[in-house]
Amino acid sequence: MASNSRWKKSLLNFFHLEHYWKHPLFSAVRRTGQRLARGLRQWSHSLSKAATATRLSELLLIAAAVASIGLLIVVPLASVFVAAFANGPRAWWEAIAHDPDTRHAIWLSLTVAPVAVAFNTIFGIAAAWLVARFRFPGRTLLVSLFDVPFSVSPVVAGLALVLIFGRQGLFGPTLATFGAKVIFAWPGLVLATTFVTLPMVVRELIPVMEAIGPEEELAAVSLGANGWQVFWRITLPNIRWALLHGIVLANARAMGEFGAVYVVSGHIAGATDTMPLRVEKLFQEYRTPASMAVASVLAGLALVTLVAKVVIERQLEAESKELEAARASDAGTDPTTGGDLS
Amino acid sequence: MLTGSRAAPRLPLSSAIALAACGLSILAAAGCSGAKREGGSDAQTTAIELLNVSYDPTRELYRSINEAFADDYQKKHGTVVSIKQSHAASGSQSRAVIDGLEADVVTLATWPDVEAIAKSGLIQPDWQARFDNQSVPYHSVVVFVVRKGNPKRIADWSDLDRDGISIITPNPKTSGNGKYSFLAAWGSVLASGGSTDDARGFVQRLYRRTPVLDTGARAATATFSQKGIGDVHLTFENEAHLEVEESKGELEIIYPARSIRVDPPVAVVDTNVDRKATRHAAEAYLGFLYSVDGKEIIRRHHYRPWFADQQGPPEGFPAIEMFDVEFVAGSWNDAMKNLFGEGGEFDRIYQPAGN
Repeated sequence: MASNSRWKKSLLNFFHLEHYWKHPLFSAVRRTGQRLARGLRQWSHSLSKAATATRLSELLLIAAAVASIGLLIVVPLASVFVAAFANGPRAWWEAIAHDPDTRHAIWLSLTVAPVAVAFNTIFGIAAAWLVARFRFPGRTLLVSLFDVPFSVSPVVAGLALVLIFGRQGLFGPTLATFGAKVIFAWPGLVLATTFVTLPMVVRELIPVMEAIGPEEELAAVSLGANGWQVFWRITLPNIRWALLHGIVLANARAMGEFGAVYVVSGHIAGATDTMPLRVEKLFQEYRTPASMAVASVLAGLALVTLVAKVVIERQLEAESKELEAARASDAGTDPTTGGDLS
Repeated sequence: MLTGSRAAPRLPLSSAIALAACGLSILAAAGCSGAKREGGSDAQTTAIELLNVSYDPTRELYRSINEAFADDYQKKHGTVVSIKQSHAASGSQSRAVIDGLEADVVTLATWPDVEAIAKSGLIQPDWQARFDNQSVPYHSVVVFVVRKGNPKRIADWSDLDRDGISIITPNPKTSGNGKYSFLAAWGSVLASGGSTDDARGFVQRLYRRTPVLDTGARAATATFSQKGIGDVHLTFENEAHLEVEESKGELEIIYPARSIRVDPPVAVVDTNVDRKATRHAAEAYLGFLYSVDGKEIIRRHHYRPWFADQQGPPEGFPAIEMFDVEFVAGSWNDAMKNLFGEGGEFDRIYQPAGN
């Protein structure tokens, strides 16, 4: 009996079960698990006996899906919040608001990301319009160039900026003459962030603009509208949800960007540390709760983004259905429709 | 034109110019905002801002030094100084200063890291003669950190040679801590009468059992203490003390019989302080590291302060037989070339664990 209990104890130690049992995350998971199990039991009771065999395999597949999503996404995300609030909401608030370097990091992220996103919005609309409305030599090359920031490692992007704007870089001497700082300063952070988020808006807009087609714009021009009128009254209203979708995604990426910004930041506390850099720095300085508090703000922003994304995607879907319906009813009657004449 | 909507028109020249102008203006705006920021801080010259670009483990030390120095400088000269800090692996920091990180002072881990900046022209070649003790205000020594109760019974360098001992130390290519660990291991064999071949074999076996090579000292500390990887962590005495204090009894510090003396040099970045007109404060800042108050703060953070008439270790530090870089490799230049350079000893012996 004694040896049996010792064996059990060593097994418990081996899997660190006691550690998991005591962890605050676990009690939350346990409660959810119990509720889920109850629901599943009721559900399986309601199934007919004949179908049980197939239902069982389905159940196993569902369980596998839930387990993998839980382990990969839900548990890590939840653990950030658990660690952030480990010492209570007051400690969380103090970690966020009372540390000037952290405050500066939040402020910096909130200024760098919008500027990068604003640039990408202007660039994205112009580039998508160019690609969707015109055929010109090098068009395919241009479209593939938009994808470079997705395929290039952010660290390479950062180093490339150093090679161009660094003191020994291509524009280094010129910048030094004018006393302008790019690398290891705010403009460098903006450039790095802009680079990594470049494809977000334009990639979102090209397919939508191509699907809508130029007919409405051409009609407006034929009725005497000038360029701005066409843009504000026709193009922009047509692409607004796709544009918002792109902006939301670009903003999420801009806020969270680490690699490229890490290279060009210079790691100056209270000057060039953005939120993700601050998270790492606090973690390395043994201030894990504070680090997780900043991480929870980042994760919170990500959740807000997620909600915005879902709302926008619903709108997008509704609009594409509307467009299809309009197309279907127009097809036979409207002579300006491209489909009729091509 | 209207009917040819699929064969779209060519891009009008005016639009192309507008697009190009748009891109340029944004670049210019970014550049201007940088210039404006700098101009803005120049306008209000009542407060001086210094940037201290340092290596990884000195974060806590310089936070204390900065506070004390700011008080001291204001009392003596009536000027408010605020000091910003930047910390990362020593080699990367040196590179960043060369690439334009506007450090007023550098306080790095190894001589070559400062020398590289001097070679780029930002620091005068005579920098080592500017401050006492060849511009090294404090020393340290490479020691071991082990898990509570020293379960693997690690007491000296030879114990690291046993099978199954896994070692944590940062990458000697980027990190000062990494270089000193490598030199300490190599020198420990030479100091106990071994040959260069013995040293090479020992160091090779050691790095075979190094599962992670972090870029900087602090990342290696996190790997060992927070992620719980490895049996022994080779690090600076100061970092070891901090790590053990933070672990709340989970880690212990072990002094080997002999180890390498760590000489982290400091220097004023001449070009930068002359442009920013901060030379006086920058020199006073590094001078403060040699003051009585400065030495007390240094001691409190477990760095060994330098004293001109020093016999044995400073008060509160255990005696340990030390050798220096010259003993191991002849000189830092030789060490950089033969050990850490392209195709040097480290490149030849390092194979990631598991290969």
